[in-house]
Formats: sequence, C-alpha cells, structure tokens
Amino acid sequence: MTAIADKPLDPAEVVRVHVPRRSARSELRAIKIVWRRELIRFVNDRMRIVTSLVQPFLFLFVLGGGLQRLASAGTHGVNLKTFIYPGILCMTVMFTAMFSAASIVWDREFGFLREMMVAPVRRSSIVIGKCLGGATVAAAQGVVVLAIAGLVGVPYAPGLILGALGLQLLLAFAITAFGLSVAIRIKQMQSFMGVMQMIVMPMYFISGALFPSSGLPAWLTVLNRIDPLAYAVDPMRRLVFGQLDISAAARRALDPGIHWWGWRMPAVLEVGVVLLLGLGLLAVAIWEFSATE
Amino acid sequence: MSTAATQAITVESLHKQFGDFEAVKGVSFEVGAAEVFGFLGPNGAGKSTTINMLCTLLTPTSGKASVAGHDVVRERDDVRRNIGLVFQDPTLDGYLTAAQNLKLHAELYGVPTNLVAPRMEQVLKMVGLWDRRDGQVMAFSGGMRRRLEIARGLMHSPRVLFLDEPTIGLDPQTRRSIWTYIRQLQEREEITIFMTTHYMDEAEWCDRIAIMDQGQIVALDTPERLKAGVGADRVTIQTDDNEAAITALRERLGIQALIAEGAVTFRIESGEQFVPRLFAEFDPARNPDLPAISGVSVSRPTLDDVFMSFTGSTIRDAEEDPSKLRNRVMMQMMGGRR
Repeated sequence: MTAIADKPLDPAEVVRVHVPRRSARSELRAIKIVWRRELIRFVNDRMRIVTSLVQPFLFLFVLGGGLQRLASAGTHGVNLKTFIYPGILCMTVMFTAMFSAASIVWDREFGFLREMMVAPVRRSSIVIGKCLGGATVAAAQGVVVLAIAGLVGVPYAPGLILGALGLQLLLAFAITAFGLSVAIRIKQMQSFMGVMQMIVMPMYFISGALFPSSGLPAWLTVLNRIDPLAYAVDPMRRLVFGQLDISAAARRALDPGIHWWGWRMPAVLEVGVVLLLGLGLLAVAIWEFSATE
Repeated sequence: MSTAATQAITVESLHKQFGDFEAVKGVSFEVGAAEVFGFLGPNGAGKSTTINMLCTLLTPTSGKASVAGHDVVRERDDVRRNIGLVFQDPTLDGYLTAAQNLKLHAELYGVPTNLVAPRMEQVLKMVGLWDRRDGQVMAFSGGMRRRLEIARGLMHSPRVLFLDEPTIGLDPQTRRSIWTYIRQLQEREEITIFMTTHYMDEAEWCDRIAIMDQGQIVALDTPERLKAGVGADRVTIQTDDNEAAITALRERLGIQALIAEGAVTFRIESGEQFVPRLFAEFDPARNPDLPAISGVSVSRPTLDDVFMSFTGSTIRDAEEDPSKLRNRVMMQMMGGRR
C-alpha cells in the first residue's frame, strides 16, 4: 500500500475553518448529527432490521396461534392474536429501543464514544441525540408490525395508526432513555445484555401485554400496577380495542384498564406517566454522562 | 498574556496524581506556534497523562496549562474548539463511510455548513483518501484508518494538533508516509503539532523533543543539540562474560561501562580509534583470563544515547523494568490513558 499525497496545495487555497463559539444552534446541530448517525447505522444494518422482527412475529403468530385453542373460552370469541396484538406492538419497540441504547456500550468498546466526548458540545446534546435516534429507529420497526394489523383482524383506521405510532414513539423514547441510563455505567456488551434481559423481560411479562390486568393474584396485581410498562401497554390496548366490534362482556374481560382503588386511570394520565418517566430517565442519563470524565 | 499570543502551549508545574501514584511530577515547558514538538519516553512515563490533561480529558491535580491561549481547566470548550486529537486507540465509526465520519465530526464541532464540503475534500486529498471517501471504514487497513483519523482531526482547522502515538502498530513504510503528511501539514497550515512517541527514529522528525521518564521531563531541546550534548560515540561489545568485561574495562582502561539489551556498552570520544586499543587489551594471547570479545560496533550518538545518558537505561529496557511496569499497570488501572 503506497500512500501518495496529491500535489502540494498553494497555501492560499487552504480552506480555513473558524469554529464559532458554542450556541443553541450548534447544540441543535450536534443533536441532529448524533440522531442521523443512529439512522444511518440502522439502515446499513439490514440484518438487525430482520432479526429484531423475528421475536414479535414469533410471539404473535406462533404463541398467539398455538394458544388460541386453549384460550378461546376466556376470550369471548375474540382471537387471541388480536388480543395480544397491542402487546406485540409494544414489544417490537421495546426490544429495538433496548438495542439502540446498547450502541453506547459498543461506542465505548470501539472508541467512538471518545470522539463525541471531546467535541466542544454539551454532553446532554449527545444523550438527547442518541435517545431520539433510538426512538426513531424503534418506531420505524414498530411501523412494520403496525402494517400487518389486517392479518390479525384489526382495521386500518387512521386514528388507530396515528395513535399507535405516537405511543410507540413515546415508549421507544422512554425505553431508550432507560437503556442509556444503564448503558452509560456498563463497560461490556455481555453485561449490558444480561442486565437488560433481567430487567426488561420481567417488566414485559408483568405489564399485561399478554394477559388482561384484572383478576390477577394479589402479588401479581401489585407488581403490575408498579410496572411502568403497564402504563404504555394499556393505552395501546384501548386504542386497538376501540376499533374492534366486540361484545361488552368481551371488552370488560379483555380491556379492563388499570384500576387504582376501583378508579380506572384515563389514557391521558397513563401516557403522562410514561412521558414523565421517560424524561426523568433521560435526565438521569444526562447527569450520569456528564459526570463521567 | 504576551506568551499566550506567541506560544501555542504553555505548561507550568503540571501535576497529576492517581491515588498514591504520581503519574506526572510537575512538568513545565512551552511550545511555540507552528512547532512540531515531541514527547519521547517509555510506556508509563506519563506522556499520555500529560497529553490528556492538555486536551482537557483529565483535570490536573495542580499546576497550570494553556493551549492556544486558553486555560485547560477554566476554558475547556475554547481549548476543545482549537485542538485536533488523534488518539492512540482508534475512534472511528466503522459502520460509516470515511466521508460520513468527517461530516459527523464537522457537525459536532460546528464547522460552518458551506465550508464542510471543500474542507473535507482538502483534508481527504491531503492524506490520499479522497478516492475512498465512500468506502466503509470497517474495510480500511490500519494505516488508512490512522490517516483518516488525522484528516478528521484537521476538519475544523485546529491551531494545535495532538497526536498520541500516531504511528504505533504501523509498518515502517506507512509510518514514514504518515510523517510526510505531518510535516506537509505543519508547513501548509502553520499548525502546531504536539505528539508522543516511543520510537526513537520518529523523534528525529520533531523540531524539539522533551524526554520524559517516570513522570518528569529530563531533557528538552532540538534532536541535533541533544545528540551533540552526548558528544562521544557509543561502543557496544559482545562478550562471553559481560560482568568480567565491565570490571576489566574499569580496571584496565578506566571506562565506566554498563549492560544494555544483553551487551556491554559505553561511550568514548573517537570510538573508531579506540577499537584497536580495546582489542590489544583483550587479546587472549596477552591476557588469557579476560573474556573473549565476539563482536563490536561503534555508532555516532543517537537519540537512544541521549535517552540513556539522561535515564541510565535504553527505552526498551525501561519498558521491561518491573518497577516501571508497575507504574504502567497502575496508569492503566487508574485510567491514565483513556
């Protein structure tokens, strides 16, 4: 390999750059480029796009299809696949968001994190860019699952699609923020994956994504109520069930909502809980990231 | 303030302590504008720690330093806007293309939008990677990556470029071409270059070098003057009993020799004229009890000799010395070279 430089430039031709002082605009540019990087990497990594869709499809068609025969008595004639569909919409987003957050561990391992750390921008801009990037990528995956609504008997209503998309974005944002706040402390990929499996899988199962959250044993009810994910799954289910033409009994059994002392939480409040949590976790991630030297 | 205008880097008794280990023991020096300044020393001498303090990556325990006229502690951002960094370990994103890596850097550093494309073309041409701009970095060789990192460090026209072991792990040919870029760069852009190395031959490229050992600067001058300061030639002999040879040299010829890299070595004026005398003394016919000499070499002073005259060991021996190895391990544990 021979490296030959081009003919020397006339010094007058040298393009000189003057880097301006830090401003709100330069921070926005930083956020934007960190966000763009996540998208570029996602689009370049086709393998990841495909593999991250395997799990939701497996749950929806294999688990949903297989358990259908056992569950038909309890679902009041509603297909089990239709019932778990809102849960699957959340699942897709969750796992992709988790992977996005993991990228900060990779960045550290491959040294790229350092390039971002020494740049004359706020650490918060980097974290915000990462978080928005992760959320966008996850929501993009969610769209694929949203697109197959027809296959499980859910109509393509504009309100449902927009609402579900918004919820997916919000959930993806919150999970990425959570993942980042964990990932910043972790130096190795294996540990991160282990920690995430340990936290995210139980959270997902307890959230009521795969079963109605009423009439559960007391211990499970308590866990369900304190599981933040439940507050993302419930409005998603409401949104989907709002478009279904089913009996009142089925609705009561399958879409009971989250109750606190007999009071059903409105969807807006549930969304508010997720949003606040997401922002809180983002603040934690920023704080942690700024504290590392 | 007058020094800040003419000096690119000013350092005053800079200290860095990691726990009870003192990695940098109060160093002071100045680097002029458009100078190529080298930091030479074995691993664990405190080079990376010093460079990290100057780049605002580590906070000094005590002392003062300013880079491009800005204080490294109080004016962190101003320092960062004015410096380019090429680390010892790669920091490129392998999933992105060369151009995307540079673009990302330009955006992070706030390079004016209209200048991003022309500047990118210029720096990529300078390091001979313009044709590979759309190639994924993952497929690049070690030398190409290093050149791309140098190009990236220049994207925002820094006034000072820091290179931490820029050629480590590269083959000699690539190392030479990287040095050609560095010198061109300094001429074209009047940039100050501050680099660390533990390759002696590389230090010769610098305008001035500082020799660092165990957290201190032991010598600082131009390579020529440092070598001239050593004066005498170096004679190295291979014998079958080094200890006995050293004793004999001391007793019979009044020469203080020592063992380095497995051979007996000492300095003496006009080394070539001395060799016949040496052999006359060690002639087995005359002195059969002296160890036999199996080889001899005489060389003009090199930076190796300079290093040796200031530290008492060669740079390679210094790296193998267990007491210094401990320092190195400590440094890595304490994150001295993050």
